[in-house]
Amino acid sequence: MESGISPDVLARYEAIIGLEVHAQLKTASKIFCACSTRFGDPPNSNVCPVCLGLPGTLPVINRRAVELAVRASLALNAQVQERSRFARKNYFYPDLPKGYQISMYELPLATAGWLEIEFDGQVKRIGITRLHMEEDAAKALHEGFPDSDRATYIDYNRCGTPLVEIVSEPDLRTPAEAQAYLEELKQTLEYIEVSDCNMEEGSLRCDANVSVRPRGDGKFGTKTEVKNLNSFRYLARALEYEIERQIAALEQGERILQETRLWNVAAGRTETMRSKEHAHDYRYFPEPDLLPVMIDAVWKQEILEAMPELPAAKRKRFVAEYGLTGYDARVLSATRELADYFEAVAGAGAAAKSAANWIEGELLRRLKESGSATPAERIAPAELAALIGRVESGEITAASGKRVFARMFETGEPAAKIIEAEGFGQISDSGEIERVVREIMEREPGNVAKYRAGNEGVLKFFVGQVMRATRGQANPQLVNETVKRLLAG
Amino acid sequence: MTNDARLTVAGIRADLAAKKISARELVTEYRSRIDRENPGLNAYLALSPERAFAQADRIDRMVERGAELPPLAGLPLAVKDVIATRGIPTTCGSRILEGYRPPYDATAVERLEQAGAMVLGKTNCDEFAMGSSNENSAYGPVRNPVAPDRVPGGSSGGSAAAVAAGLAVAALGTDTGGSVRQPGAFCGIPALMPTYGRVSRYGLVAFASSLDRIGPMTNTVADAAALLGVIAGHDPHDATSAAVPVHDYTAEIEKRVAGLRIGVPREYFGEGMDAEVRAKVEAGIALLERLGCRRVEVEMPHTDYAIATYYVIATAEASSNLARYDGVRYGVRAPADSLAAMYRKTRGTGFGAEVKRRIMLGTYALSTGYYEAYYLKAQKVRTLIARDFQQAFEKADLLVTPTSPTPAFRLGERTTDPLAMYLADIYTVTGSLAGVPGISVPCGRTAEGLPVGLQIFGPHFREDLVLRLAHAFERAGGSQV
Ligand SMILES: [Zn+2]
Repeated sequence: MESGISPDVLARYEAIIGLEVHAQLKTASKIFCACSTRFGDPPNSNVCPVCLGLPGTLPVINRRAVELAVRASLALNAQVQERSRFARKNYFYPDLPKGYQISMYELPLATAGWLEIEFDGQVKRIGITRLHMEEDAAKALHEGFPDSDRATYIDYNRCGTPLVEIVSEPDLRTPAEAQAYLEELKQTLEYIEVSDCNMEEGSLRCDANVSVRPRGDGKFGTKTEVKNLNSFRYLARALEYEIERQIAALEQGERILQETRLWNVAAGRTETMRSKEHAHDYRYFPEPDLLPVMIDAVWKQEILEAMPELPAAKRKRFVAEYGLTGYDARVLSATRELADYFEAVAGAGAAAKSAANWIEGELLRRLKESGSATPAERIAPAELAALIGRVESGEITAASGKRVFARMFETGEPAAKIIEAEGFGQISDSGEIERVVREIMEREPGNVAKYRAGNEGVLKFFVGQVMRATRGQANPQLVNETVKRLLAG
Repeated sequence: MTNDARLTVAGIRADLAAKKISARELVTEYRSRIDRENPGLNAYLALSPERAFAQADRIDRMVERGAELPPLAGLPLAVKDVIATRGIPTTCGSRILEGYRPPYDATAVERLEQAGAMVLGKTNCDEFAMGSSNENSAYGPVRNPVAPDRVPGGSSGGSAAAVAAGLAVAALGTDTGGSVRQPGAFCGIPALMPTYGRVSRYGLVAFASSLDRIGPMTNTVADAAALLGVIAGHDPHDATSAAVPVHDYTAEIEKRVAGLRIGVPREYFGEGMDAEVRAKVEAGIALLERLGCRRVEVEMPHTDYAIATYYVIATAEASSNLARYDGVRYGVRAPADSLAAMYRKTRGTGFGAEVKRRIMLGTYALSTGYYEAYYLKAQKVRTLIARDFQQAFEKADLLVTPTSPTPAFRLGERTTDPLAMYLADIYTVTGSLAGVPGISVPCGRTAEGLPVGLQIFGPHFREDLVLRLAHAFERAGGSQV
């Protein structure tokens, strides 16, 4: 930001940040009707009288959505409430077909959770105030139509998609911490298959509450709500901008206004969306069309038992069980898929450390280069384990191993087949090497004589010739020994 | 078939099976009655001849095949216009939904048609069921067939008038604070409000979601029992519909009433009640005693707060329920330059005065700073009123009260005084708040010949008892007391 505030001034302040994250639950159907939640279908093709809010229709809760939301609550160490309740949040907008959004208000699904983030080598626990369920709104399309200057189109496909809103405590102090929190939260939700967390498709959205105060002050400053922080990059940039804006204002003796601000991606700044005076009165009241959501101990236990291992637990286990470094454990557990892949390779007999090296090096690099895809689709875990075994046993060189890997990645063929077909096998047959050395000695009587006359430098010449003749596949140690022995006569 | 022939569900089914009449003839006959009478009464807002004839032909083919006829075979049915009917205009008596045709049927309508009923058309009502006289309809008031200068009651005035005038054999009404029972009383027909949750609300256009109920309005209590048997029961489309087993009401109503304890709450016989109504209801209670019922006095101390409680809760919910009529997706849109102006003009011209009044009342009651004092307080009082009923049902099997403090009043008599109109709901809103079932059954007539209604309340899901007592009362000549 071109605020021109000096680093000294910035350093005198501390930011207080809380995030409100909306994640789309990974259900096949919407939260209150049977319509599909599929992304990218033709506009208004996944709609019915219920999600269009036609007069007389009623919502019926999708049990799977409740299960996923409870799973998320448990993963975030939150207290799942035995009895929670939907409420109506009333406001007018064309993307809201009933004139109210069904959400949870005074009785949320879960409260008092936390999530640990690792930052600068330090572990910090971020409180989670509440987690509640709600329905998504439709999508207003203001651009892209011939009459977009005069008309807005509305696609109701997204309307009624189940969401969880996860509200953090104001425990975050820097944009980087906020980013780490969002990354950890995203990874957790992906891991437990509660959400795709696809920010481009809008299945993960983030708003922030931001205030600043002079360091050492006990009291929070006036906060603003910043909306539309829908990528990791924008999150950090928008928070930086907003923090500096607030500091600059305070430095000039101004007051911070409590308001909702919108992150303008193109302009790279936050802008006033509505002030406190114009804040909506949502007139929340309990949704009379739905019964309270009751989650008893038995159901909670079932959901808990179906819970996949969480990322933090997996990282710890990788260190303890496979002897990996913390760094390796973090890289390998970045996604559940990669972690599962690593475990499959190790399970197929590869040494864990070697498996980690191959995956973090060759595999991730090639996956990234090819812009693809699931690792197991390119190389079956057992095949990677087989390749690692060949290299470890010295059957082929590490250099050959990388070339074999490349071929496996491209063709999907088994390691053994590629090694055999393309002659990558290292020659360790002493008879074969002896035959080659003798051939060369016959071809080079002069050099043989030189060696025998005491010029030991010629040895290197002979080794080089053998390696060339075997296209580098001869076992170098064996070649050395054989050359020495035969030259000695 | 003569004009004044009062057909019944069982009678029609028997006549069809015996081939004394065909379903097609029935539809034709009712069509001609409607053509003749409706211009004067204004009971129907829309007719659905294609659908009625198609259903009639289906029934007639069953008769031809000698198939077992469904329980409501050939029943000429009217449906209140706040209930969704696929492809048939459903305006809720409002300008804002002029021309709106739902793409789906309400569960109750679907079940009635599956049971053989023939939907003749949609009946007039107060706009979005808000009113007690049917004068709040955007499509003009309905006249009471008993006394054409008087209101038929509301909000299900069109349904009551259609049945009472012989323009349908049965009708669906909806009851939020008395909208089935009071017009039943004014027009002199039995009209049942089932327990909240007994009948699916799916397709009932919401006025006040925690109070709205669909109920049958019929010529006889037995017909009400037959209709309830079809529409009652859990519906996967309505989370608030109960999975409580459904009685065989048609069999239950034949059981003895002698020995039943009938509670008479003192609070329902206070000031403001018309003297003739009081006399008729007392005569009705005396008749029940002659049938062997035991009169017990009960107290319902929170009755005085019912009107205020009802109007806070009902308007609060209405303010939210009616937000969807914004001109964006269906119904009427008043074009304007901006979104806010479009909303204002659409809702400003689309809604009538009473609907706007209630939206404003409800919006106020839910607003920050007032929510606790109004909405939350009203919910607490609602619990107390429900407890009154619970305690009364410890002493009595059923409660008996007047349905309305007065008989049908004159058209225009109360339109300038909304508060007087609200206060007339005094005897019906209590049962609405408590969620219990209640029926209004004809209980004699005033000197001028205006029908009086006797209201019977029962415990939750005891429609069997309510209908049993009402049936015995009707058979013993209750309408003549
Ligand atoms: Zn839908």
